[in-house]
Amino acid sequence: MLRRPFFWIIALVIAAFVAAPAIGDDVDLRESLALATVYITLASNLNLMLGYAGYINFGSIVFFGLGGYICVWLVDAHGWSLAPSLFAAGIGVSALAFIFGLGILRLRGPFFALSTIGVVEGVQAFVQNFGPWGGSSGIYISPEVFQPLGGAARALWVIYFALVATMGLSLYLSYAIKISKFGLGLLAIGQNEDAAAILGVPTPRYKAWAYSASAFLPAITGGLYFFKSAFIQPSDAFDLSLSTEALVVAMLGGQGTVTGVALGAYLYEELRGYLLTSEMFSHFQLVIAGVLLLVIVLFFPGGLMGFIYSRFPRTQKVLE
Amino acid sequence: MPPVPTLKTKHMLGIIASIIDGVLVGLVYGLSAMGLTLIWGVMDVINLTHGTMIVGGMFALYFLANGLGVPPYLALPPVLIGGFLAGVLLYWVAVHRMVGRPPLMSLLSTFAVNLVLIGIGTGVWGTALFNVAVSLPGVSIGRYTFPGAHILAAVLAAVIAAALYLFLHSTRLGKAVRAVANNREAAELVGIPTTRVLAVSVGCGVALAGLSGVLIGTLFPFTVLSGDGYQLKGFVVTVLGGFGNPVGALLGGVALGLLEGAVTPFVPVSWTLVIEFALFVLVLIAFPAGIFASRRGAL
Repeated sequence: MLRRPFFWIIALVIAAFVAAPAIGDDVDLRESLALATVYITLASNLNLMLGYAGYINFGSIVFFGLGGYICVWLVDAHGWSLAPSLFAAGIGVSALAFIFGLGILRLRGPFFALSTIGVVEGVQAFVQNFGPWGGSSGIYISPEVFQPLGGAARALWVIYFALVATMGLSLYLSYAIKISKFGLGLLAIGQNEDAAAILGVPTPRYKAWAYSASAFLPAITGGLYFFKSAFIQPSDAFDLSLSTEALVVAMLGGQGTVTGVALGAYLYEELRGYLLTSEMFSHFQLVIAGVLLLVIVLFFPGGLMGFIYSRFPRTQKVLE
Repeated sequence: MPPVPTLKTKHMLGIIASIIDGVLVGLVYGLSAMGLTLIWGVMDVINLTHGTMIVGGMFALYFLANGLGVPPYLALPPVLIGGFLAGVLLYWVAVHRMVGRPPLMSLLSTFAVNLVLIGIGTGVWGTALFNVAVSLPGVSIGRYTFPGAHILAAVLAAVIAAALYLFLHSTRLGKAVRAVANNREAAELVGIPTTRVLAVSVGCGVALAGLSGVLIGTLFPFTVLSGDGYQLKGFVVTVLGGFGNPVGALLGGVALGLLEGAVTPFVPVSWTLVIEFALFVLVLIAFPAGIFASRRGAL
């Protein structure tokens, strides 16, 4: 893997994310990039299902929200430190996704997509009725938890670097899966599931693994995100617009590509930041996401990378 | 001397009343699901704007009844026409280019249209609760009174469903819809203008969503976002009744209503949707063959 140029391209991107705000101690830039890392992480992991296996997951936000809840709860109620809480969140949500996945991934195509909407409803109803997690009022954590990280100001930098690391891992995971046998199996499922099964791809198991793998890093990002805001409640944790935006982003960049999804996430985040500050558009964020998605689905199903590949075919060898 | 009702029999009566009321409401859910299943049956497209179209019907009811003072049930004809036109428009915007492509693409395109509609709706009306008061005398049986609005909504849902059945089975256009559902290429060969028929089917599907929205709006308060819950119920009903089978959808609606009525006395409201969705997954896993087998030619 080290010999492939794409490995080093990802490393460069990570380095840029680390260096850009750190050099000038630029807090505004850091916050904007932190949001971009969240989008990139969510979209790349969604892409494992959407782009590789061809399964739409409308509920990818569940991983993010549940990860946030587990992490914040462990830190707040059990006094764990951040790192083991994040790890526990990732493992816990992945395991849960695997169990769910074995069930709902027996549904094919559009029926799976519909059942992921049900997963969101189910998890949300559970969290709203679950006493230890504060029901619908959520959990607040006291600012003291930032002390071990060197105070609130330094903690924000630590969390930012952790977010960048999670993003980097997401990109490497997407890439590693894409060039592996497992990834080939998923792509085969995406093209024709019956044919893949006949040719010996263990389709139910592969799909469940992919679903589970796509849960791990979003859960950690969710943990970091809500640890950072020191507050979590169901309506933020399971904000449906974030999982739809992850979908829009993955389609915008080009489903099934690693570069495209990251690029799409970054561009979308910038666009969104611009639109949110303008008076007229701030209420119509969903409208813009919807129009964007419709135009992509109708006219550019390949997304940005599809366009780049067709214009500059040689890029296909370098940019996965 | 009549027997003195013990605590247990009283409780039983309450459950039975809840079940009967559930069936009444279930007929309306069935009507809404007929819209979903009609579109799926004809062109294998899952209409993710369905819930929002239901809300569209509710808001049309609100503005006609509370704004212009039209009697609530007279909102049905204008919603029928408006919903049909909205459906034809939806077909040309989001569905036409997706027919024959993988179902995931049409899922995404209708999802995108839904985002736009929801975005406009929440931008204009926020998430405030709207309510249309319908005062009809209820029917009392013993200690229990069934609201008149529930009974009338159930009757109207059954009438509309019957009208759809007649349309599909006795009119030339309805037969064309069924022919296209059976085999689009063969229908084309015998001279049926399939594109126009597809547009008509989406129009009918959306009109049904709007009509059921009007009926649901006379029963419960609603917000711009209420559609999601009703859409989920629609999927559950559709699966219970067999995908692509309108008559089955009506029965599925009754079955769901039965279940809801039997469950509500015991379970907090926020869990009902979860139970229904677990049912959706279980039915799909347990009877995938049954569902797929009835997919073709069931219309």
